[in-house]
Amino acid sequence: MSTSATAHHDAHHDEHHDTGRNTTLGFWIYLMTDCILFASFFATYAVLFMNTAGGVSGKDIFDLNLIAGGTAALLLSSITFGFAMISAYKKSKGGTLLWLFVTFLFGAAFIGIELYEFNHLIHAGHGPSSSAFLTAFFSLVGLHGLHVTAGLIWITVLFIDVAKRGLQDRTVTRLGCLSLFWHFLDVIWICVFSFVYLMGAM
Amino acid sequence: MNLLGKLSWDSIPHDPIVLTTLAFVAVGGAALFVFMTLAKKWGWLWREWLTSVDHKRLGIMYIILAFVMLIRGFADAIMMRTQLALSTNGGEGYLPPHHYDQIFTAHGVIMIIFMAMPFMIGLMNIILPLQIGARDVAFPFLNNLSFWLAVAGALLVNISLGLGEFAMTGWVAYPPLSGLEFSPGVGVDYYIWALQISGIGTTLTGVNFLVTVLKMRAPGMKLMDMPIFTWTCTWANVLIVASFPILTAALAMLTLDRYLDFHFFTNDLGGNSMMYINLFWAWGHPEVYILVLPAFGIFSEIVSTFTGKRLFGYKSMVYASGAISILGFIVWLHHFFTMGSSANVNAFFGIMTMIIAIPTGVKLFNWLFTMYKGRVRLEVPMLWTLGFMVLFSIGGMTGVLLAVPGADYVLHNSLFLIAHFHNTIIAGAVFGYLAGFTFWFPKAMGFHLDPKYGKISFWCWSIGFLLAFMPLYVLGFLGMTRRLNSTDNPDWNIWLYIAAVGAFVIAIGIASQLIQLFVGFKNKDKNLDKTGDPWNGHTLEWSLASPPQFYNFAKLPKVEDLDAFTDMKEKGTAYQRHESYEPIHMPSNTNAGPIMGLLSTALGFALVWHIWWLAGASFIGLIVAFICRAYASNTDYYVQPDEVARIENEHLDNVAKG
Repeated sequence: MSTSATAHHDAHHDEHHDTGRNTTLGFWIYLMTDCILFASFFATYAVLFMNTAGGVSGKDIFDLNLIAGGTAALLLSSITFGFAMISAYKKSKGGTLLWLFVTFLFGAAFIGIELYEFNHLIHAGHGPSSSAFLTAFFSLVGLHGLHVTAGLIWITVLFIDVAKRGLQDRTVTRLGCLSLFWHFLDVIWICVFSFVYLMGAM
Repeated sequence: MNLLGKLSWDSIPHDPIVLTTLAFVAVGGAALFVFMTLAKKWGWLWREWLTSVDHKRLGIMYIILAFVMLIRGFADAIMMRTQLALSTNGGEGYLPPHHYDQIFTAHGVIMIIFMAMPFMIGLMNIILPLQIGARDVAFPFLNNLSFWLAVAGALLVNISLGLGEFAMTGWVAYPPLSGLEFSPGVGVDYYIWALQISGIGTTLTGVNFLVTVLKMRAPGMKLMDMPIFTWTCTWANVLIVASFPILTAALAMLTLDRYLDFHFFTNDLGGNSMMYINLFWAWGHPEVYILVLPAFGIFSEIVSTFTGKRLFGYKSMVYASGAISILGFIVWLHHFFTMGSSANVNAFFGIMTMIIAIPTGVKLFNWLFTMYKGRVRLEVPMLWTLGFMVLFSIGGMTGVLLAVPGADYVLHNSLFLIAHFHNTIIAGAVFGYLAGFTFWFPKAMGFHLDPKYGKISFWCWSIGFLLAFMPLYVLGFLGMTRRLNSTDNPDWNIWLYIAAVGAFVIAIGIASQLIQLFVGFKNKDKNLDKTGDPWNGHTLEWSLASPPQFYNFAKLPKVEDLDAFTDMKEKGTAYQRHESYEPIHMPSNTNAGPIMGLLSTALGFALVWHIWWLAGASFIGLIVAFICRAYASNTDYYVQPDEVARIENEHLDNVAKG
């Protein structure tokens, strides 16, 4: 394909619509809808967290050391995703793949810790069916966990994409969206950590 | 493990009414199938329509869906009205409670979610990109997917007619009634998944159209140059994006309660059912403005077009719509004043509710001032608009009355409320859509609807509406509550009879809508709209051929005025012939949308009946289909300049002849 044909293509792309920037704006708006989804679950948690039905409350079951570990893993994964983006903008395929891989490991560690916590609680008889407090707790934290899991799948898909096709414009746009998503989940987690765990354990 | 989950032969209802309906649907479906096969139209239907990413075709399909569901929802309505007319004086009528309860639930769900929403989104799809001078929406594939998610939801509601049951909870599905303890059947599950799947599609539509108006306006068009219909749709999209996730959350919680024994809304173990009601209306109240704001936009376009004047107070219209949108978010508690919040809380929400009457009043006066000293042409769209202005005002005033918490304690859940919201939704939203339907029909299809039957339809709807719902106001004052399937108060008889007559008059109105379509098609050649500008329109959609060129604009228009097309006609820059054209970049049709819609239907169905293998398979299928679509290679193509020139010259020749 000749250079002029490519230039031609780009010119009309702009006239039609700038797909990359549309995608990023669209993704921002989607994230705001997701934010409201979380807000609804936060509000419900606020209404229900005192309704322990005579069972355990946050103070009895939260293991802050464990959660601090998970939180550290997730926060570090945000930094490493930042490194992945810097590499992607520099068109460094190797760097992008490396940092995506590290991010994946941190994310997986976070999910592992969460699953361990959930499993532990359920086996101790504090499953989500035990009280409205536990229902709201498992749902809010679990909703975040589902998002992180979706993010892990997305990282895998884009990892393969970068490995096979390199850093095309479309791929970099998608990495940018995933980056927004990943940092957004970090922000949500900070809220979960503060309002659910810290305030609950106090 | 049971491969079919809870599904068995006993799941088919044995009710003669349902069986007759199913027989009719089966015969009709078979006839359609045979016709399509004989005419060899399946391939055409798939390639040109079902897989289309063209916003105009998607809009037409949305409106077809809306009409089909209107007939389904209206069948429910007329059954309720005849039941109530037959079962006064303590008679039993012909609908036992469990059937009647499903009917009023299905009626509400269908009319709001699967009639009004697709109708509104359909009109927005066809017109909004044209009004802002864009070639398509920002994400054409997503648009197609949204449509198929709406279809998936509609399919689930209709499947519930023949397999199992629908919810018996009313369209709001309040727990604990909608919880597993009191609704152990599959009805509420059908409700949950139909709303959940179509709701996600609606959220995607909101995102899509917001990006479209923010990023894809024609050169020169500032936000405050956008046509008023586009503006009201934009406010509706803001509301969609801000409110539908709350519905998603509320339904997800109800799902967890029902499927995994969670305790969000249960009576025991600390659940709080009022939380559901709060969440539901935090979505539900903005939802009614999502429905009515675009209708206000339609009336504005029609009033200004058919008086031949610029819209009075354009800016105040935009700000009034914004005020309504924001206020719409802080009034939700007026749906349950009787919950027993403190007097201060009720007073706040009551006052906020009354304040909404102010921006709405601004709009009404703007329409009146637009008509003042104008030459009003009483075409069918204008009739709907005038009818709306008279009838909707009644609904608005009864709304202010209901906003007084003290009065609401008397009227809560009475037929007065039913009359009020039908008054606003029918005389506001539905009249608006039907007005927009006649107004833009020639644009979308290339020929006019039959005006005689259009007028008959308008008069039948208006008179039928008055007959059907004014008695309900009276019945509310007489103390009749909603959702009764039989009554024994002799004072109510006469009003219930009149209301039933009204329903039949509306039936004639709906039939006339279909006849005007049929006669329009039959006389198509006599009623062609060759110029593309049949009403002497103000905005850019009228500068195109009817139906518009598939790429919309050969060259993106330069916008210099609010009424962009009027401005071009006055300056003589409309209908310019160009020497040469550039290639146009277009998205290709894709079968990913219908496939994902089908998988969503299967997923919803499997979850309703606890067919876990099918649920897992269709969910994984959805993810795989989405990833495959993300990496599809043939997603776009170019229209060559000579092709563009041929189509453009043909249109311009037609204009010159006209």
